[in-house]
Amino acid sequence: MATAVLEARGISKGFPGVLALDDVSFRLDAGQVHALVGENGAGKSTLIKVLTGVYRPDRGTLLLRDEPVTFDNPLAAQRAGISTIYQEVNLVPQMSLAHNLLLGREPRSRLGVTDTTQLYAEAERVMTRYGIRTDVRRPLRSLGMGTQQMVALARAVSIEARLVVMDEPTSALEPREVDTLFGVIADLRSEGISVIYVSHRLDELYRICDRVTVLRDGRVAHDGPLDELARVELVALMLGRDPAEIRRDGATKFTGEHTTTVGEPLVQARSVSCRPVLRDVSVQVRPGEVVGLGGLLGAGRSETAKAIAGALPVDAGTVTVAGQQVRRGSPAAAIRAGVSLVPEDRKAEGIVPTLSVRDNIALAALPQLSRSGVVSDARIDRIVDSFMRRLRIKAASPHQKVSELSGGNQQKVLLARSLATGAKVLLLDEPTRGIDVGAKAEVQALIDELAAEGLGVLLISSDLEELVEGADRVVVLRDGAVAGELSGDQVTEEAIMATIAATGETDG
Amino acid sequence: MAELAAAPRVWGGRARLLTWLQEYGVYASVLALLLFNVVFTPHFLEVANFRTQLIQVAPVVITSLGMALVIGTEGIDLSVGAVMALASAMVVLYLGYGAPVAIVAALIAGAAAGAAGGALVAYVGVQPIVATLALLVGIRGMANVLVPQLTEFRNPTLITLGSRSVLGLPLVVIVAAVLTVLVAFLIKRTTFGRQLVAVGGNRAASRLSGLPVRRVLITVYIISGLLAAVAGVLATSRLQASDPTSLGLLMELSAITAVVVGGTPLTGGRVRVLGTVMGALLIQLLQATLIKHNLPQSWTQMVQAVIILAAVYAARGRRA
Amino acid sequence: MTTTTDADTGTDTRRAPGMLRRERIGHLLQHHGALMVLAVTVVVGAVAFDSFATPQNAANIVVSSSFLAIIAIGMTFVIISGGIDLSVGSSFVLAGVLAAYGSRYGLLVALLLPLTVCGAIGLVQGLIVARTGMAPFIVTLAGLLGMRGLMLAVSDEGANTYLVRNDAFSALGQASFLGLTVPVWITLGLALLGGVLLQRTGFGQNVYAIGGSEEAAVLMGVPVTRVKVLVYLISGLLAGLAGALNAARLSSGVTILGAGMELDVIAAVVIGGTLLTGGSGGLTGTMAGVLLLGVIQSLINQIGVLTSSFQQVVSGAFLALVVVTQRILHRAQRLS
Repeated sequence: MATAVLEARGISKGFPGVLALDDVSFRLDAGQVHALVGENGAGKSTLIKVLTGVYRPDRGTLLLRDEPVTFDNPLAAQRAGISTIYQEVNLVPQMSLAHNLLLGREPRSRLGVTDTTQLYAEAERVMTRYGIRTDVRRPLRSLGMGTQQMVALARAVSIEARLVVMDEPTSALEPREVDTLFGVIADLRSEGISVIYVSHRLDELYRICDRVTVLRDGRVAHDGPLDELARVELVALMLGRDPAEIRRDGATKFTGEHTTTVGEPLVQARSVSCRPVLRDVSVQVRPGEVVGLGGLLGAGRSETAKAIAGALPVDAGTVTVAGQQVRRGSPAAAIRAGVSLVPEDRKAEGIVPTLSVRDNIALAALPQLSRSGVVSDARIDRIVDSFMRRLRIKAASPHQKVSELSGGNQQKVLLARSLATGAKVLLLDEPTRGIDVGAKAEVQALIDELAAEGLGVLLISSDLEELVEGADRVVVLRDGAVAGELSGDQVTEEAIMATIAATGETDG
Repeated sequence: MAELAAAPRVWGGRARLLTWLQEYGVYASVLALLLFNVVFTPHFLEVANFRTQLIQVAPVVITSLGMALVIGTEGIDLSVGAVMALASAMVVLYLGYGAPVAIVAALIAGAAAGAAGGALVAYVGVQPIVATLALLVGIRGMANVLVPQLTEFRNPTLITLGSRSVLGLPLVVIVAAVLTVLVAFLIKRTTFGRQLVAVGGNRAASRLSGLPVRRVLITVYIISGLLAAVAGVLATSRLQASDPTSLGLLMELSAITAVVVGGTPLTGGRVRVLGTVMGALLIQLLQATLIKHNLPQSWTQMVQAVIILAAVYAARGRRA
Repeated sequence: MTTTTDADTGTDTRRAPGMLRRERIGHLLQHHGALMVLAVTVVVGAVAFDSFATPQNAANIVVSSSFLAIIAIGMTFVIISGGIDLSVGSSFVLAGVLAAYGSRYGLLVALLLPLTVCGAIGLVQGLIVARTGMAPFIVTLAGLLGMRGLMLAVSDEGANTYLVRNDAFSALGQASFLGLTVPVWITLGLALLGGVLLQRTGFGQNVYAIGGSEEAAVLMGVPVTRVKVLVYLISGLLAGLAGALNAARLSSGVTILGAGMELDVIAAVVIGGTLLTGGSGGLTGTMAGVLLLGVIQSLINQIGVLTSSFQQVVSGAFLALVVVTQRILHRAQRLS
């Protein structure tokens, strides 16, 4: 058996409350392009951070060419030949291409200062090899994402990398740029350099990867050659489902079908585009209906919800609520119209950590809860009290800081904030992710209850089971466009996975 | 990375101490200094002394209140000292039309200055520190251009405002106390106050929750400008003279110190009104103590420097 | 920890034809805007006032600008690294007092004493900023107060103005060479040296990298702590040197000048096209910014009817104009 470039044996890594990696083993051979896939929270970013020296594993060993190693920091890993290219290019945008490429290795003249002529010549020489012909003196940020990605790659390889980790390198690239990138990856492979390739775009994985490791809930769900794995099987593995045994009801708190799915749409998004993340997406939600939004990570689900909530600057398309067009790009207008978003990223976009539970719940409804600019504490107390009771928010008191609550209770606070505005349509982005089982069941039951009361719900979830049992209808997105819509008996895990896995038509 | 979000905070003894310091340090320090003075400083407990201290601290308290609001939104307002000078210049310029007109003109000038800074921050997206720096330089110059040298005046209304007492309390101090209550009310009881701290605590979440983020920001700077103008008018009426070259000089530093020492974090999301007042008092007391014990004034500034660093360090330790 | 989605990086990469030209104009405005305005101002001044474009007046402007310029060189380093140094005004005054005091023990003491003290305080500020992660603005604000206090303590609460008692040291501030005083030549030398350091050495590029993206700089192997400490050390040393030279020029350690000087310095640097967000800018712009402030001051003196405070109004307005322009350029770049 050939020497592995990098091998991880029995790696475990925990954070308070979460075991992010549980006994993960991983082996990378020379000259291989190895796909690393998994949904959010599967542990791939943790694994990458362990491999590249950002985190130290709690247990397990790393072997570099069969020698045990520990990396104290990313720099140590880099010196050992492991380079990483992040999704967001980790270079200095204001500096020139050449300086970014050669920072720390600038050619010197005899006087000891940087020889800029040689610097630019060297940079030009390197970039030509990567198929980039541009003025290397231009600041990096003035160049296209593809070029920036290529500079990051060139820098990574030029510091004698034996292994390059690419974290969603194509997420901001155009097809032409993707082709160039893949050309370079092929060259790397032929030079014996290995690549760990993280992506959710199935087409890309099948185009360039030799092997695949699927992570699920911190464990290795599958490891093997990619060409032996059918697309739908890969999707099933990523989403944690076995295509052979699906259909086993009752694990979620959803009761199933809702009765009132007729009537005029409450909210209707028509041909919403926001290049390059959304193309021509149309969704509608009727009163009493739970519409699921399916698709892999990065398919445009969160962006669709944000576009409807007025939180994304859209290029084209309209959003109407009860027939009235909502002003674009204004969350306040959307809330007034009765549309409220519970965002995916609780910490960054949801809670206001410095405020109490009470103030967080009342935040969006303040105008309704005050008279001539002075808030009515009695009214706030009443509404906060009723929602804390109804949603069973566990806090020492309404005055406890929201940052001290558990994730599940924070999520309920955000739901209460949306409901307090008197919303008619709720856009719930991964409402049950990262919260404990009990809270999850409660949130699911609440969604049912709200739909029964006549609210419209747009439910985004990576949990297929939740989607199938919770939603009356599922709109499946792929690469920022609607790939299909399933309703009634069609809403099954197989059908969703098949829609995701279907070969994407090449766009014109 | 979602797995990291749920990490509960582990509190060490040191972190707890720092938290305590940030919450109550300013009260403890004021109390300690008071006790020290009661015991060791002759004539400290006399009414005249208290009057003097309070009169001197009033303008600082008023500007600090505005600064606290701005810092609550994760901003900063370097222009407050210059706005004081501008207000003072306006008083002199419009005194011919009577004291009320002069005072209103000064307040309008302060609000306009705040609006200019706020517009740069809220609508153009300039960093608060740069926007208000430009304002500081320009407005101080404008005040100097309007009133190039020290100008004395005799106006009965202004003299009353500057030196009259009601029920033994100087009017200046009463104004400061009333404004403190008003700002506390603004923060605790009004929609605007709640929105202000929310914008400072998490701007993205505030936007998603439909809050008028830009309007809140510009309003905060307008209030800060207004309060600085009030401080400028009061200081002018006490001096019975306008001196735009020196009035309010380095006031921004005193105000920032008072706010930071009072426990309002520079990272926004929280405004401590009483703490800010205490912060201003602490600096005033410190200065008075050093003077009374014949220690040079230079000490005050050095001690002040240490206190600022300690306050910010305590706030930082709390977050880390 | 935020979950990053495609949306955050999803900028459209296609460029319309003609974009390059717009981009170039933006670049030109950003980096040479101050120089262009300076040229225009000088031409206008020369046409409007007979006494403006004289060698004598030019020498006056250059001489009076030189102290600001020396401090601005250090400030440029600090701001490019993403920081700010509010302590330079205090440092300048303190150094003047220390230099005048030290001059009785000879030229060497007169120079070394202020440089050592100001350098040491710069170093400490740098260490605090780099090690504790406290905001540079607040750390150097404390430095500002501390050094003012120190200056007052040294000068008997500002009452004692030390006179320079060393001819060699006085000559450093007053002697002329080829029609320009020594501080002007020192400024030129330092600007040149600083330019080489910033543009042509690994250290300089590290300063840009940290200011541009500290996270990226760490991953690219830049010794962030060391570079940051050095940057504040440089700023402290240069402010100290400027103060010492000013004392030599005035033959005394004046205690009342220099308050608020940090604002003029920052204004000059920002007008010169260095972004306060860090990562871009340069010394050519800074020098143009300093000279522009000097020329405006001189023009206002020429007009006569205006008080010299008018210069502050103009530089404040100019500063606002510059930052607004920068924001607009920034937005245009992002939208493209």
